Amino acid sequence: MTVDGRGAGMRVSLFATCVVDTMAPRAAWATARLLERLGQSVTVPAGQTCCGQMHVNSGYRGQAVRVVANHVRAFEGADAVVAPSGSCVASIRHQQAMVARRAGDEGLARAAEELASRTYELSQFLVDVLGVEDVGASYPHRVTYHPACHGARVLGLGDRQLRLLRAVRGLELVELPGADQCCGFGGTFALKNADTSAAMLSDKLASIVSTRAEVCTAGDASCLMHIGGGLSRLRAATGTVHLAEILAATDDAKEAAT
Amino acid sequence: MSRTFLGMPGIPHGTGDLGGEEPFPRSAARHLADHQMRANLAGATGTIRAKRASVVSELPDWEQLRESGRAVKEATMARLDEHLVELERRVTERGGTVHWARDATEANRIVTDLVRATGAEEVVKVKSMATQEIGLNEALEEAGVTAWETDLAELIVQLGDDRPSHILVPAIHRNRAEIRRIFLETMPGVDPGLTDDPRQLAMAARAYLRQRFLRARVAVSGANFAVAETGTLAVVESEGNGRMCLTLPDTLITVMGIEKTVPTWRDLEVFLQTLPRSSTGERMNPYTSTWTGVTPGDGPREFHLVLLDNGRTAALADPTGRQALHCIRCSACLNVCPVYERTGGHAYGSVYPGPIGAVLSPQLTGVAANPSLPYASTLCGACYEVCPVAIDIPSILVELRNQQVESGRKPSAERAAFGAVAQLMSRPRLWRSAQRLTRLGRLLARGRATLPAALPPPLSRWTRTRDLPAPPRETFTERWARERGDRA
Repeated sequence: MTVDGRGAGMRVSLFATCVVDTMAPRAAWATARLLERLGQSVTVPAGQTCCGQMHVNSGYRGQAVRVVANHVRAFEGADAVVAPSGSCVASIRHQQAMVARRAGDEGLARAAEELASRTYELSQFLVDVLGVEDVGASYPHRVTYHPACHGARVLGLGDRQLRLLRAVRGLELVELPGADQCCGFGGTFALKNADTSAAMLSDKLASIVSTRAEVCTAGDASCLMHIGGGLSRLRAATGTVHLAEILAATDDAKEAAT
Repeated sequence: MSRTFLGMPGIPHGTGDLGGEEPFPRSAARHLADHQMRANLAGATGTIRAKRASVVSELPDWEQLRESGRAVKEATMARLDEHLVELERRVTERGGTVHWARDATEANRIVTDLVRATGAEEVVKVKSMATQEIGLNEALEEAGVTAWETDLAELIVQLGDDRPSHILVPAIHRNRAEIRRIFLETMPGVDPGLTDDPRQLAMAARAYLRQRFLRARVAVSGANFAVAETGTLAVVESEGNGRMCLTLPDTLITVMGIEKTVPTWRDLEVFLQTLPRSSTGERMNPYTSTWTGVTPGDGPREFHLVLLDNGRTAALADPTGRQALHCIRCSACLNVCPVYERTGGHAYGSVYPGPIGAVLSPQLTGVAANPSLPYASTLCGACYEVCPVAIDIPSILVELRNQQVESGRKPSAERAAFGAVAQLMSRPRLWRSAQRLTRLGRLLARGRATLPAALPPPLSRWTRTRDLPAPPRETFTERWARERGDRA
């Protein structure tokens, strides 16, 4: 795939995801700004809603079919789809076609597979497709990083997000103890098993606080909402910022840190 | 098995010690309050996780071994019926007797009758999940037969009148001080000066068990593997208690789940490499015992193999869930599970706790009898990553949740809510209106960044321990459309 920005007619369709769009719009703006700064032409298909993961993972696979169908319709014809979420991209790549197939809709399954092959989590797109690690960002803060589970284990992001962070000017990266441990969010798990979820979160918060970082970052707004909700309840000095916001930050346009 | 008989009537589910009375969230909350247990478990799982990671990383072909194990299991399950008939034929040829048990009740009756026929009033036991699953010790006790557990951790659990909380280390929830107290209180003839030094504790158990090994006439074991081509059974262990039980008594009774069969000796090669590294974090386990039927003048004179179904055929009928039968009971998934590490094994209510228990127990009993276990996971995927036979536990959990929904047993309010949200999410214009409605939350926040903690359920389950941010003034897509007027 060649990516040559506007000139080559390559258009990146941004999938904001339902959580980012509704609760963390700054992460989507940051993604758009970052991609444009790197010479991409960004479009935001108006028909987008959700990838369907919440329904699938809660057992409502039948209900998810229409959500998947909407997603495939909304992004039809896109050259590349980029989302600021490892979890949603993991669902697009590993669940959507299965959902359609189990419902007996082979046409939708094929279309979903085809779209999935052109869908990237932000760090995948930057590192694998654009071939950049230094995105020209500047973020003079002490930062710790939580590798969210679905990006790490389902997508196999490896150290892509870390490599991007390491190249950010002024950023002091502090290793998070027990980083590979789940924060306890797990979608509806946080409500259905609230006590266990809180027990997991409290260990994650203790690790984060121990780093004395100003900011905890991750590639998923949902996990950050969970972690951030805990930090805020503790009145901790550490806040949460989506990876995209850090990568979009430059000296010229100072982004709010928290 | 080329065809799938999903929901085929007449395939019975399993019975026995496979589920608790209490739903998982409630029993988990109770166990989370046990800070001593949580500290013990965090320490023990942390140690064993590091050991496993170290011995796995030294094998350059680990991923290939893992894939071989998965492939062997998959191929075996596809023709399990043929392998079992072959196994029966070979065991019988070599002087053993094979019994088929449909469920826990039938298996317990078979074993009890066999023990009674010998006239023995006690049996020694090799650690076995299958006999835990069917509740054999309790059944024997009712028949007036005492069963002595001889695995050290299993002995600690038995003496402490406790329940196992881990597949490999049933007393993992106990620390040394607690074990010393249990021994002092319950072990006849124990040295009152016993300390909590591990060697002293092991020597006390050794002296206690030695008497039982020497006088036992009947032993009951499980099996890690059965090789169909020769009718050979295999037990893999660390302490040597298994070797004693398998060789000293006159009569040996082995209870084994039907899925433990492998076709050939060559298939064993893979698992004998992956099992010890995944379970105890050792390159090789100290004792591997294999036996084939009976051999005059050497070992037991009578050998019985009880092949246990107890819901396994029903699990085999599920194309996604049947992978759970590939499990070789290593416990690696328990040791890495963030949920298990905090709630402990008892919270699961089944002899199979942790991630594998959350998929295996509901499949053996049917989801209706174990409705909360498929939700006892964040789907973080750590279990799948370490499983030596690559069981995709997160996918099975999701599948079981789907079966639970399709069975019509979910609360109607939840069903209605998910249905309504799916409707909205498939109609972008309606979805935008719904998104605008979330902005009403800003009224509750009254200018603060977070919503008040006192919200009605189910949101209160979040806000009891975590803040919820106030919804932003405008969604991303809304502002983008306003400012950039983009229509793709």
